[in-house]
Amino acid sequence: MSGHWEVVIGLEVHTQLATKSKIFSGASTAYGADPNTQACLIDLGYPGVLPVLNAEVVRMAAKFGLAVNARIAPRSVFARKNYFYPDLPKGYQISQYELPIVESGELFIRDDEGNEKRIGITRAHLEEDAGKSVHAGFGKSSGIDLNRAGTPLLEIVSEPDLRSAKEAVAYMRKIHSIVRYLEISDGNMQEGSFRCDANVSVRPRGQKELGTRAELKNLNSFRFVEKAINYEIERQIELIEDGGEVVQETRLYDSDKDETRSMRSKEEANDYRYFPDPDLLPVEIDDEFVEAVRKTLPELPDAKQVRFVSQYELKAADAEILTISRALADYYEAVAGSTSAVAQVAANWVIGDLSALLNKENVDIQKSRISATKLAGLLDRIADSTISGKIAKEVFEAMWSGEGSADEIIEAKGLKQITDTGAIESIVDAVIEANPGQAAEFRAGKEKLLGFFVGQVMKETGGKANPGQVNQILKTKLK
Amino acid sequence: MGEGDQAIHQRTLAGLAKGLAAGEFSSRELTEALLERIAKHQATLNAFITVTADQALDQADRADQARASGNGGPLNGLPIVHKDLFCTRGVLTTCGSRILDNFVSPYDAAVVERLAAAGAIMLGKTNMDEFAMGSSNETSFFGPVANPWDTKLSPGGSSGGSAAAVAARIVPAATGTDTGGSIRQPAALTGTTGIKPTYGRVSRFGMVAFASSLDQAGVITRSAEDAAMLLGVMAGHDVRDSTSVDHPVPDYVAGLGKSVKGLRIGIVRQHFDEGLDSQCAASVKDALKSLEDAGAELVDVDLPNIGLSVPTYYVVAPAECSSNLSRFDGVRFGHRAEKPEDLLDLYSRSRGEGFGAEVKRRVMTGTYVLSAGYYDAYYLKAQKVRQLISQDFRNAFENVDVIAGPTAPTTAFAIGEKTDDPITMYLNDIYTIGANLAGLPGISVPCGLADGLPVGLQMVGPHFAEEALLACAYQYQQLTDWHQRAPGGFL
Repeated sequence: MSGHWEVVIGLEVHTQLATKSKIFSGASTAYGADPNTQACLIDLGYPGVLPVLNAEVVRMAAKFGLAVNARIAPRSVFARKNYFYPDLPKGYQISQYELPIVESGELFIRDDEGNEKRIGITRAHLEEDAGKSVHAGFGKSSGIDLNRAGTPLLEIVSEPDLRSAKEAVAYMRKIHSIVRYLEISDGNMQEGSFRCDANVSVRPRGQKELGTRAELKNLNSFRFVEKAINYEIERQIELIEDGGEVVQETRLYDSDKDETRSMRSKEEANDYRYFPDPDLLPVEIDDEFVEAVRKTLPELPDAKQVRFVSQYELKAADAEILTISRALADYYEAVAGSTSAVAQVAANWVIGDLSALLNKENVDIQKSRISATKLAGLLDRIADSTISGKIAKEVFEAMWSGEGSADEIIEAKGLKQITDTGAIESIVDAVIEANPGQAAEFRAGKEKLLGFFVGQVMKETGGKANPGQVNQILKTKLK
Repeated sequence: MGEGDQAIHQRTLAGLAKGLAAGEFSSRELTEALLERIAKHQATLNAFITVTADQALDQADRADQARASGNGGPLNGLPIVHKDLFCTRGVLTTCGSRILDNFVSPYDAAVVERLAAAGAIMLGKTNMDEFAMGSSNETSFFGPVANPWDTKLSPGGSSGGSAAAVAARIVPAATGTDTGGSIRQPAALTGTTGIKPTYGRVSRFGMVAFASSLDQAGVITRSAEDAAMLLGVMAGHDVRDSTSVDHPVPDYVAGLGKSVKGLRIGIVRQHFDEGLDSQCAASVKDALKSLEDAGAELVDVDLPNIGLSVPTYYVVAPAECSSNLSRFDGVRFGHRAEKPEDLLDLYSRSRGEGFGAEVKRRVMTGTYVLSAGYYDAYYLKAQKVRQLISQDFRNAFENVDVIAGPTAPTTAFAIGEKTDDPITMYLNDIYTIGANLAGLPGISVPCGLADGLPVGLQMVGPHFAEEALLACAYQYQQLTDWHQRAPGGFL
């Protein structure tokens, strides 16, 4: 939003950690099981049971903290957040409150003008997820599925540094990219493994103090984040310009109607009565642990991007796209490393044709039906002029359909490029002879017609003639 | 009187172990005899909520078989009972509350598991103050328990059923839990021996929580020796309880022989000030004199902040209980209101009907002290005072090995006497609460009779000093016979 109003956004991103078992029990976290089949007595909050911290979540949180240049707290404390709800079996959620495990981090995004911008990360804390209430299909009652209860979450809270919905999405994408690089979350948004709440406010440009904020809950796609925030910005500005006041409240985004609506106001808000959970000891982390975790950090997207630009001489924008996911970057490097083609050409293919096909077929890069080696094989044939770029697309599609390697397909379909100058010359002669009118017009200066002749030659050769040679021979013969 | 002359129910755990080993009687005979005794006195004492006769007899037969084949754990065939807040698989576990009056636990508490694995036989589950909140066993949904020394009187609480059953020679031993004195105070009021171990010594897994940072499981027995036998089995690290401590468990029985000679016993002068019944004071002083005569040294110690322990406790414990009891909401187990109109109605009526007045009072108090705007003034301040009290004890233990004094300010009081006055009731735990706040072990042993009613001597030690406390109690019990006195109607 430009003009008179400045938008201020902070995000709370909830990332499900990819542990095998829950944060405080041994029950499985696998998605999609029958209701209540992955909830043990601890998840069910039975009398007498006690939580035991899954050590893996501590390691994962520390890994995230190091990746965003944050401080890993030597001592963090689990607290109880008390409220009643049927999908919260104990009547409290175990979370971290005053002493989170990760504090004061940062990451970098591109702002709306394309400049690098630092976004502060206030904190990241560990907590357990609640279960799920199912309201349809139970008459006047609701069903409760506690499979998700106790699933480990890392809640990552940003500073209110974001100034537009686009920046918010860029930030969220960056977090998404980092947690997947670190392999601490699958980032699956459909399954709810990655979602966020957005705190949105507006203020007159130049004003120091923040405007009253609304919290938009449970946004589970990048698109919804952008739309919900934009809707909310418009709503707040309109409200204020009409002489109204923004109320501090929690709002829900309805993606069907593309609007946000009030869920509860500050007055109705719960008093969560946080206090340290006496069933759990403080989490104590020493330098040795932190250093051990640091050693497990992979190359992160920003560093990889810089390296791609220098090592492969890629365009910065392409390097950015290729490094969004570790799998895509690895795929690209495998292609670039085993083809004689120019690295930028390899990038064009991976970002262009391959990504388009993967998107269309909704397939992950890891499951691509064209392996990196096979794609490299195709690029080699373009590089050594065995086939043209155009024919290459045909070969590429045949490869996707499982018809074999580039060489096998070129051979089987007879797609090898005609590079024999004599052969091309005789076809060119025949084409000129068959089109005397056009030849005369060309010679009279209508150079546009070159394309017509190229097309005719290609038609005659089934597209196999080397386009460079065709061009050159045509130009000579039509002089 | 030799053990052979004693009726089977009069014997201590150690005595029964000898009888079983010598083939004087089988576990089945023993179990049958005690089950009969439970039935005989249930109407008078109301010490039990559940009796698990069939299960007990099965266990007894298995114990007899194990003994015959030369197997069996250290407690093989010995009967015990559990306070009804230890979860017992397939058996009702009520916590003395209507809200759990239909709750059959699907699993065993760590304490239950360990004792069963050692061969102990469970005869039943004992009555208690609702969720262990009370000092008189009057808050139980299942009615008050009578004190065998005078059935018009309370046995104390919250482990009142356990204490009454042991005092009445119905069972030799019972488990209990102690959050502010719930083992030691009823032990004192019924002439039994009760030990509350160091916080973290015994796993809390499967023990329904009242106040998690204070709760600790222990036992009520008729001698320090019996307590040592049981504690050795119950104690030890449990990965299922993050607050249980991985600290070696000594052989408590082997340690009983240690003389009190040279033992430095701290006396807290404040504990003999006003509030303590003069006859109780006299008995406790006599007990200290006997220990001194046996070679112990009595040393004055100061616990400057101990006077704040009752108010501190009544902030911390309700705060934790208000959160711990939230899971009793009528949704997954326990009492559920009939035909709820909506969710709020389901919650309010299930809890309103399920909880008794004292539990509600503490849930309300706890909710209040944790509320925004009051947290700092109450909860946080109480935690700070708790630290001061712990520090007082640490300072004191630099000069002394144990601290001794009265367990309770008076002998047993009448049922109904204090029910209208919660503050007076709370003051019953004035001497015991400090050990809970500081996480220290404490033991109460019978040390006299005042107008025919038992008086308790409490000893508190530093963390993990159970061995010293048990040894000191055992040595005292070699010098005196107060622990052998049985209430008249229950010989």
